[in-house]
Amino acid sequence: MGENETEHLVSMANDIAANLGFHADADERIADHLRRFWAPRMRNILMGYADDGGKGLSENLVAALDKLRD
Amino acid sequence: MSELIQSSQDLGTPPPRGTTGQVSLEIDGHEVSVSKGTSLIRAAAIAGISIPKLCATDSLDAFGSCRMCLVEIDGRRGTPASCTTSVEEGMVVHTQSGKLERLRKNILELYISDHPLDCDTCPADGDCELQDVAADLGVKDSRYGLNGLNHLGAEKDQSNPYFTFDPSQCIVCYRCVRACDDIQGTFALTGDGRGFASKISAGQMESFMDSECVSCGACVNSCPTAALEEKSVIKLGLPEKSTLTTCAYCGVGCTFNVETRGEEVIRMVPSKQGKANEGHACVKGRFAFEYYKHGDRITEPMIRDSIDEAWREVSWEEAIAFTARRFREIQAKHGRDSIGGITSSRCSNEETYLVQKLVRAAFGNNNVDTCARVCHSPTGYGLKTTLGESAGTQAFESVASADVVILIGANPTEAHPVFASRLKHRLREGARLIVVDPRKIALVDSPHVRAEHHLQLLPGSNVAFVNAMAHVIVSEGLADEKYVNERCEIPSWKIWSEFIMREENSPESLQSVTGIDATELRQAARLYASAGNGAIYYGLGVTEHSQGSTMVMGIANLAMVTGNLGREGVGVSPLRGQNNVQGSCDMGSFPHELPGYRHVSDPEVRTLFENEWQVKLQQDPGLRIPNMFDAAIHGNFKGLYCQGEDIAQSDPNTHHVETAMKSLECLVVQDLFLNETARFAHVFLPGSTFLEKNGTFTNAERRISMVRKVMPSRSGKEDWEITVDLANELGYPMTYSHPSEIMDEIARLTPTFTGVSYDKLNRLGSIQWPCNEEAPDGTPTMHVDEFVRGKGYFAITGFVPTRERSTRRFPLLLTTGRILSQYNVGAQTRRTANTVWADQDVLEIHPVDAEDRGINNGDWVGIKSRAGDTVLHAIVTDKVQPGVVYTTFHFPLTGANIVTTDNSDWATNCPEYKVTAVQVTRVTQPSEWQKQQQAFNRKQLAFLDKARGPGR
Repeated sequence: MGENETEHLVSMANDIAANLGFHADADERIADHLRRFWAPRMRNILMGYADDGGKGLSENLVAALDKLRD
Repeated sequence: MSELIQSSQDLGTPPPRGTTGQVSLEIDGHEVSVSKGTSLIRAAAIAGISIPKLCATDSLDAFGSCRMCLVEIDGRRGTPASCTTSVEEGMVVHTQSGKLERLRKNILELYISDHPLDCDTCPADGDCELQDVAADLGVKDSRYGLNGLNHLGAEKDQSNPYFTFDPSQCIVCYRCVRACDDIQGTFALTGDGRGFASKISAGQMESFMDSECVSCGACVNSCPTAALEEKSVIKLGLPEKSTLTTCAYCGVGCTFNVETRGEEVIRMVPSKQGKANEGHACVKGRFAFEYYKHGDRITEPMIRDSIDEAWREVSWEEAIAFTARRFREIQAKHGRDSIGGITSSRCSNEETYLVQKLVRAAFGNNNVDTCARVCHSPTGYGLKTTLGESAGTQAFESVASADVVILIGANPTEAHPVFASRLKHRLREGARLIVVDPRKIALVDSPHVRAEHHLQLLPGSNVAFVNAMAHVIVSEGLADEKYVNERCEIPSWKIWSEFIMREENSPESLQSVTGIDATELRQAARLYASAGNGAIYYGLGVTEHSQGSTMVMGIANLAMVTGNLGREGVGVSPLRGQNNVQGSCDMGSFPHELPGYRHVSDPEVRTLFENEWQVKLQQDPGLRIPNMFDAAIHGNFKGLYCQGEDIAQSDPNTHHVETAMKSLECLVVQDLFLNETARFAHVFLPGSTFLEKNGTFTNAERRISMVRKVMPSRSGKEDWEITVDLANELGYPMTYSHPSEIMDEIARLTPTFTGVSYDKLNRLGSIQWPCNEEAPDGTPTMHVDEFVRGKGYFAITGFVPTRERSTRRFPLLLTTGRILSQYNVGAQTRRTANTVWADQDVLEIHPVDAEDRGINNGDWVGIKSRAGDTVLHAIVTDKVQPGVVYTTFHFPLTGANIVTTDNSDWATNCPEYKVTAVQVTRVTQPSEWQKQQQAFNRKQLAFLDKARGPGR
């Protein structure tokens, strides 16, 4: 982690995914959390990163981002 | 006659505790009816009959030593002391007779024979109970003469910066000793000897400063003479005016009488009517107020185009116009979302409400956040998720009914001292204590208080600990299933109980993670679950972690599964750091929530505010403070209005924060002093102290209390007026003429505040929200019949270890905290005499770790993390465990946050201040960063000097 905003957002999003990953409906919860607490700009950067390959994004985070796009 | 109407009078003894029923008696021919167990002196006072007294006061249990309050009772022999004699049915009492007068005069003459007769020059002239009693009895001289053995030559103790102890004025009534023992609970004072030889001293015949005294001032408050006297009274004379207000320090929110002479504060006297403090105070609230007149105060608005040029003092009009123009230019160039605002927990409800309104309505975005982001944002998330409301569940007085208390990650004797005194009082009565903390805090073992269990967990293992506690309770059949079935969501209970029963959550499985012996953890869990009323109090040691929100939910789970919510003596109580953390959160300071914790995406809520504010609101959350920093460095966030916060000192990873500050095109700081953040500012708007404005603060028990203006604002404007001016200049009209109108608007828009008004606050003294139609006088205990969300929700709290782990390179874990004499970033307390107790941050290190590194007590040590490094002095102590080091963040030049990282709570981005992997080495000089800071400070102070001119 450093001063790179995208890197920071990826790290934060992975933390969210890890903490909500204990739930059966983790994907929906992660998407909902990003919707309720992240500014659109932050979500857009993260989704852009996912579109560019999303290296380092956890599996359930990728699934959650798909839901966020719906 | 009502007992309530006597509120400001000293009734001699406290009300009886734990008794029921009334007793009728006759005092001096008057029929009196009082509660069973009431003392005669109190019954008489309630009836309007004053009995002379010296050792008695209604804040302390009766002592019966001065023999001044003697009375006669029909049918009884002798003259019993009315303070130690309880009322009885049908009693006939006489408080005045020739015999009583003779006895009282004789006692008083004995006192006077060993007391300096210097009333005319005594600082307490006019505020001395001995003088009052002598006047009432008409005693001017002593028949015993003044030339016998006496204590008139006793040496004065002037060691404390705030008060003197003059033994020659002491009448050995023991009120100070009892206040220290019973109210403060420090047991620092001693009464030694008997008869003529008896005397009072601090510690074992030490000076106050050398003793265990914590300078709470309870002794000074209780002293009936000038023996213990504020130095400010000695120097400036007795006050002429008293104004009831609320302390501007910690989240206890004590009520004080600010006593003034003209525009000079003489002293702060805690109010007995204050429900948060009931007449008690601490060294900060009572004594550390001189910062209001410190020479560092900036009272003129200042602007500059660049942080590399000198400040220019300008008129308010010019400063506001400059700010508005800059903000609009930035928005025109970089978009509506390129600016934002930060509210402060040091500001009033009305001020924080206005700043978030300014951001949402005038800036047109939701980029508003508050310093609660970096302390208790996980409390909001965790308690809202599980219980339905982002607030503690109890009143402070609830602890008096607790049977077992778990204290997690909180150090109340340092950070919330007045609550600590309440807690210690209850513990001395027999309640049991479990301390969960990596450090050996004072409450683990102090006079007459000893924790039954100190679970000295490793930093970063909170969630593992709380899961292990819950595992024991559920697996050993200690859950209150009746409560769970009636009060909680059964599907969530089923999923959670299955999760928590897993072997991976057992204390034995988690022992290597938490560092807590499994057997002891099991004992602690059994104690909490089965000892009656179980209350949990917690602090930043819970929230400031990568799983801060998870831990808060884990605590709520623990309380629900044991049925410890919804009544007196139980509950989940966050101890809030600053005076208005609760209020700033309530007022809609978070970017995703409008006032009353309602999400910005809710169209009904938005419509309500849009209609009132006459503006269209954004439906998506804005940026939080750390997100603002990231966006600023990235180049998308360019303007910030920062009211009452010092983010450059208080926020983690200073390098990152300073880079963000330097990236801004317009940073506006509204504060009392040129703080660390203001060094990066383009506009400085001088703020007002709590003495200079009207408003309200809301403390950790949801108690809204009035802040009343004691003197005019030194800058010419109260802080809310500055925000109003800025909004108007930006073209968004705000037309308030008094903060009461702002509160009226809050009440119109916020369901939990609909019953709140300044009129009601003045009438009731304070109000705990929710205050509305259902609870017109407020709500001391929440979730009584049902949770705010309906049924309690058991949240899954899986343990996710922090990324911040000790390594070969950084083998120690740093955790941070606070000390009693300093407050937060120290902007106020560093500018008071409190620096005699601490004038720098120090690093606590265990003897084993110190020896490994060749570090001795007092050595300069360098502390380095992956974020940065700094240098400070070492204290070698076993308060910390091996592998853990500890420091505070009160002094900017220490720069503790140069070391902390930008790891944060997964749900809220609250920084993980409590866990940083570090290495500590012995060094001989300040760090490079510290040298750069000193150079930068000198440059910025020179810029300030240019603006202010010589001699200011």
